[in-house]
Order: sequence, then C-alpha cells, then structure tokens
Amino acid sequence: MQRMAYKFSFPEEVLEHVFSFISSERDRNAISLVCKSWYEIERWCRRKVFVGNCYAVSPMMVIKRFPEVRSIALKGKPHFADFNLVPDGWGGYVFPWIAAMARALPCLEEIRLKRMVITDDSLELIAKSFKNFKVLVLTSCEGFTTDGLAAIAANCRNLRELDLQESEVDDLSGHWLSHFPDSYTSLVSLNISCLGSEVSLSALERLLGRCPNMQTLRLNRAVHLDRLPNLLRRCPQLVELGTGVYSTEMRPEVFSNLEAAFSGCKQLKSLSGFWDVLPSYLPAAYPICSRLMSLNLSYATIQSSDLIKLISQCPNLLRLWVLDYIEDSGLDALAASCKDLRELRVFPSEPFGVEPNVALTEQGLVSVSEGCPKLQSILYFCRRMSNAALNTIARNRPNLTRFRLCIIEPRTPDYLTLEPLDSGFGAIVEHCKELQRLSLSGLLTDRVFEYIGTYGKKLEMLSVAFAGDSDLGLHHVLSGCDNLRKLEIRDCPFGDKALLANAAKLETMRSLWMSSCSVSYGACKLLGQKMPRLNVEVIDERGPPDSRPDDCPVEKLYIYRTISGPRLDMPAFVWTMEDDSSLRLE
Amino acid sequence: MVFEETELRLGLGLGLPGNEAELGLRKRGFSETQTETTTVDLMLNLSPKESAAADGPDPRDNTNTSPKEKTLLLPDPAKPPAKAQVVGWPPVRSFRKNMFAAQKSSEEESEKSSPNASFVKVSMDGAPYLRKVDLKMYKSYPELSDALGKMFSSFTIGNCESQGFKDFMNESKLMDLLNSSDYVPTYEDRDGDWMLVGDVPWEMFVESCKRLRIMKGKEAIGLAPRAVEKCKNRS
Repeated sequence: MQRMAYKFSFPEEVLEHVFSFISSERDRNAISLVCKSWYEIERWCRRKVFVGNCYAVSPMMVIKRFPEVRSIALKGKPHFADFNLVPDGWGGYVFPWIAAMARALPCLEEIRLKRMVITDDSLELIAKSFKNFKVLVLTSCEGFTTDGLAAIAANCRNLRELDLQESEVDDLSGHWLSHFPDSYTSLVSLNISCLGSEVSLSALERLLGRCPNMQTLRLNRAVHLDRLPNLLRRCPQLVELGTGVYSTEMRPEVFSNLEAAFSGCKQLKSLSGFWDVLPSYLPAAYPICSRLMSLNLSYATIQSSDLIKLISQCPNLLRLWVLDYIEDSGLDALAASCKDLRELRVFPSEPFGVEPNVALTEQGLVSVSEGCPKLQSILYFCRRMSNAALNTIARNRPNLTRFRLCIIEPRTPDYLTLEPLDSGFGAIVEHCKELQRLSLSGLLTDRVFEYIGTYGKKLEMLSVAFAGDSDLGLHHVLSGCDNLRKLEIRDCPFGDKALLANAAKLETMRSLWMSSCSVSYGACKLLGQKMPRLNVEVIDERGPPDSRPDDCPVEKLYIYRTISGPRLDMPAFVWTMEDDSSLRLE
Repeated sequence: MVFEETELRLGLGLGLPGNEAELGLRKRGFSETQTETTTVDLMLNLSPKESAAADGPDPRDNTNTSPKEKTLLLPDPAKPPAKAQVVGWPPVRSFRKNMFAAQKSSEEESEKSSPNASFVKVSMDGAPYLRKVDLKMYKSYPELSDALGKMFSSFTIGNCESQGFKDFMNESKLMDLLNSSDYVPTYEDRDGDWMLVGDVPWEMFVESCKRLRIMKGKEAIGLAPRAVEKCKNRS
C-alpha cells in the first residue's frame, strides 16, 4: 500500500495554543511564512503588532490581517527628528490609525507610539472607543495637551499604564490628574516627568493610596522634595521612582523623613529624576542603593566626588545614565564597584562648549570596558579619542551589542597620532561580532566603511555624520551589512552612484535617511521610478526641486519601504518621487 | 555599475571642498543654502527707541538694554572664537538640551549663560501644521522675518510688498494696516500675553517669546490697542 505524502497536521486549536507561547514579533512572522494554514491560524491569534514605520503599511491592512490584535506599537518620524533635522509638519500623524482601530478593534488594550504626532482628538477617541484600554505609552510624541490626558484619566476605567516619556505636551494645567475618578484603582505605572506644571499633589497622593498595584512612578520636576516622603508612603511597593526636584532648604527633619521613606520602599530598583540636586540630600537614598539596578542621573548636576560616593554603594547596578561630570575618576570607581553593569550612557554637560569643562576622556571608557565584563551597551560623549583606546575597548568587550560614540567636535582625529579613527572603529566591528547598533564620529575615511561592510554582519542600525570621502564608503555599507535595517547619514560626501547601485538593498531595510549629502534630484527621481515599493521622499525647504536642475543635490532624503504607496499627508516641503506605474497612467 | 579603482586614502579627510587640512567645524546644510523663493516681508515694527532709520541699527548697539540682559560673554582673546553651531550637532535631544539649559540658568543666577538654543513653535493661521524656529539663530527682526517668510512661502499670503518697518505708534496707520488682508506676526510672552512682534528690543524678545503666531491682520486688531497701550506707557 502506497502511502501518500504524510501530512503532519495538528488541529487548529492545538497550533493556536502552541503559538500562544511565542510572543516575539520576529518569531511570529517566521511562523506565518511556514505555510498557508499556519499563516491563517497565526493571524487570527496574533495579539501584538509592531509597526516600525507607520507609513510602511496602512491601518486597514494591519487590521484586516490581524483582527484580534490587542496591542499595537507604531513609530513615526525618523530618528534624526530627535536632533531637529526633520522639519516640523513632516508627518507621523497617528489619527488615521486611531480612527481605523476605533471602528474595527474595540477590544484594543495597548497603544505604544514613538515619535508620532497625536492630538487631543485622538486621545479623546481612544478614551471613548476602547472599553478595556490598559496601556498608553507616548515616547517622544507631540501635538497634544493636558486636556487630552484628562479625557484618558476620566474614561479609561482599566488603565494600567500612562507613560509620557519625553513627549512635548502643551501643559495647560496640572488639573488633568484630578480627572481620575475615586473609583479608579488600577494604575500600575505613571510617567509624567516631561510635564511642566504642578499637578495637585493631594490628588496624586489619593490616587497612589487607592492603587495597590503601583510599580512605577516618574514625577515631574515641579514636585518638591519635601512632598516626596508622603507620596512614597502611599506606595511603598514601588519598583521604579523618578523624583522631582531634588533640593530644598537643608532641614534635618526633611532629611530624616526622606531617608525613612526611601528605606520603607523595599522593592525599589530604579531611580531617576534628580533635577537640581543638592548633594547633601543624596545620602538619604543610601539605604536603597544596594538594591538599585538602574540609575538615571543624567539631569543631576553634581560633581564627581558626590557621584562616586553614591555609585560605590550600588554593586548591583545594571544601568547607569550620567552626565560627564562623573569624569574619568568616577568611571574608574564605577568600574571597580559595579561588576554587573550592562549599560552605560554618559551625556555632555556642555555640548556646545568649545573647551572641555570636565576631566572626562577616553580613559574613563577604557576603564569601564576593563572592569565591567557584562557591559553590552555604550553611549559616550567625549572630546577626544584614540585608535588605541578603541582597540582596547573592542578587545576587552567583544560582547558589545550597542556602541555609540560621539566625539563632540566633528572630524576630530586620533589625538595621539592625528590619524583618522578608521582602525579603531574597525576593531570594534571586527571583535564585537554581535554588534547591532553603531554610531560613528571623529575623523573617518572610506576605510572605516570597508571595515563595517566586512565585519558588521549583524549590524542593524548605523548612524554616520561628517565622515567618508566618496561613494565607495556608502557602497561598502550597503553591499556588506547583511542585516542592516536603518541607516542614517548626515553631512557626508555620498552621492548618486552607491545609492543607485544598491537600490535593491533599500527594499530589505526599514529606512535610509540622508541629509546634507550629495544625492541629486535626478537620482531621486530615478530611484522613485524604478522602485515602486519604496517611498523616496525629497525634503527640501528651498521650494520645489523641479525649479532647480536635476543634478542639484537635495537637502534631505528619506527612503523607506512600503506596501501602501506614497502617503497622502505630506506637507509642502516634502515630495514623494513617482514610480513608473503612476507615470504611465497619465 | 562600475566603480573606478579608488585608492582608499588614509590620512586627513580629503574630498570635501575647501577642507584640505582644516578640521574645524563648518556650518553646513540648509541654513546656508541660497534660496530663490520669494521672500514674504511680514510687517514688523521696531519700538520708537530704535526706529531711528528704516533699517534700524543692530539692536545690540542699543545701550539702554533691559536690566534682564546679563553681560554677554565677551570673547576671550586666548580662546578660539565661538564657533557657529551646526544644526542638530552634537546629537543631544532637544528635550534634554532644553531641560538641562533651563535647570542651569535657574541655578547660576549670577553668571547667566543663556541656553544655546531657543526653539519656539510657530503657527500660521490657515497652515495645517506648526513649525519650530530657533530664535538664537537670528540676530534681528529682519532675519527672523526672512526665515518665517521662507518657511511659510508655500501659502498665498496675499499682496505683501516690501514695507520695511512700520511705525506702530501712529494709531491710524496701525488701523489701516490691520484692516488689510496682510498677515501679522504675534507672539506669546512669558506672562502669557499676546504681543505684536517687534514691540521690544530683539534680545528681550528672544528671552520672553514663548511661541509665535502669524495671524491674519484683521484678527490682530484686538492686540493693537494693547500694544499701543504698552508703548504709550513706556514712552
């Protein structure tokens, strides 16, 4: 008896059950590619969707494919918008998504947005449309006021998380917080650190008192230090705390009150805030230092000696964000005390100063790379660097996954040899085989890109500024980096050749940003014509590119893959290059 | 596509025009590009103290600056001159810059170093989106007027001839102006009051301006009496 090809198939319910254990989007996407039936089963039970570029796909497409989705994350503007390189009004409006989801996904529970424009209308629509709404995270968003927050507070009975991380809110008053009804008790996480106005502290105290599951509280600067103990006493189970302003008149009873309140928080693992720190109040936090895993002192203008005293008491620190006031000596102390450190970010206290104002050099980073064996993620602003130091760091820490170095003065060479920093960064990509994210700075030639193309096989995101000599540099990256998803470039002499030669590569990436480079309008048109699944956006504030010769370079260029064609919400200074099909129809 | 055999060059970065051995900062990009678009001259006025000539002298020369003006940092001959800032560099988030700058200036009262960027929102009646400008990028009202004009030039503004500076002290002239269909720039100051742009010396404007709104002339009529009032009170 001849056996038919054996079809090994489970009932759908079983497959669904199996799939329910798999939450990573990438794995889910992989599952959906196995066969048609798995695609169907998977799409009906997908609960979380991540859309890395809100213009890559239309809301209706997402909703049609995943009708049971409960949680959506969207990203809007390109990363360089953080540094004011994307003119206002470029786009990233979330309203069409909210409107579509309000109609079709009444069970939606979570919305997470990054770099998008969200208006009060959208917030009100969210508040009215999703009965079981639980999580709203707005990272680096803008366009809304505290009135919109009031609507959320008043209507979302099951809200667990409200996080406004670094968003720009039109802060009309702190009154919105009082819109949480007395019957509301489900708050778990509240981040209002970006708000300017004072919220009613008595309303906040009452809110915290009736929400037994509070875990994260990030206050804004307006909350005075002497009110902090009362707040903490209402939620001693807090795991993450962001203080408000961290100074007040030095009074012993305020100090002991604060110390006692901190001691009462036995679960506290993460601290942030620390605006306007008065160093004599820092010891109030010493009782909890031994448990701390995350410390964000990036607004704390305190000197190295105070920082050292604090950090030396935090042996379990995994993450530290700090200003360069920490200096090399503080980083030495960090390397000695915090052996579990995974992530370090050092921000510049005076980014526009011409002369160094602190004794922070490449040595501090070398120390940490030596002393912290688990260090994976680095963001470091400094004023000088050497190939030797980069080499040492690379050899010390082959487990790095994120390396972002910003030497403040563009095109700064190796301070010892005056050579470009090509070999130093080359060592980083060669030794750190799992490197996913890299930001370059300093004096760099095409050679560094050759290294990156050769060794950066796991690289997903690359940021380049004031670097390279010719198109060869860009060609190395586009042809060599197999896993490249996001490439952002500014002020580099890259032009048409490499871009056109690697046009197909662009469809394998999420996006490419190029500003103040040498890509001509003609090349953009050509790219737009030949690649219908890319949106080639020319962003130019000098007026229509048609009014200039084809060989004139465009100011800014943003190219991203999409299955929903050119977007319809472009402002006057953005032009999407037409593809062949639309030209033919005319 | 065939690439010429390019010898990878080590050493100082070549290939950038005029950048042979110089490693200094160069302000590049759109802030320097020549533009061909029609410049819309938005009517701005100077306060009577400064309107000595139609193109008034640089407001910085004005000796009677407000007490709020701290002594500007004079260039130290031993230090290199202050370099022009490149937009978006170093890559510090404006959120962080503004928060930090605000904190620093509240700390150091005696030695007030102004924040290095002063972004304010600009809205224009009828435009579907907001823009932002960094007031520190400009030294005078005409420069700001130019920039705003370029920013919003894609909208038909109506007939705007180059008017130079208007003397708002003359009430009837003011009424004529506001009754026309021209656009008028206004701003919200730190007290929350809406003022006509050009009322105060440039530096004071930069310090106190929280946001800009380019209104239709007719709508600004409500402002005019107050602006005139404030001017009257001052003289």
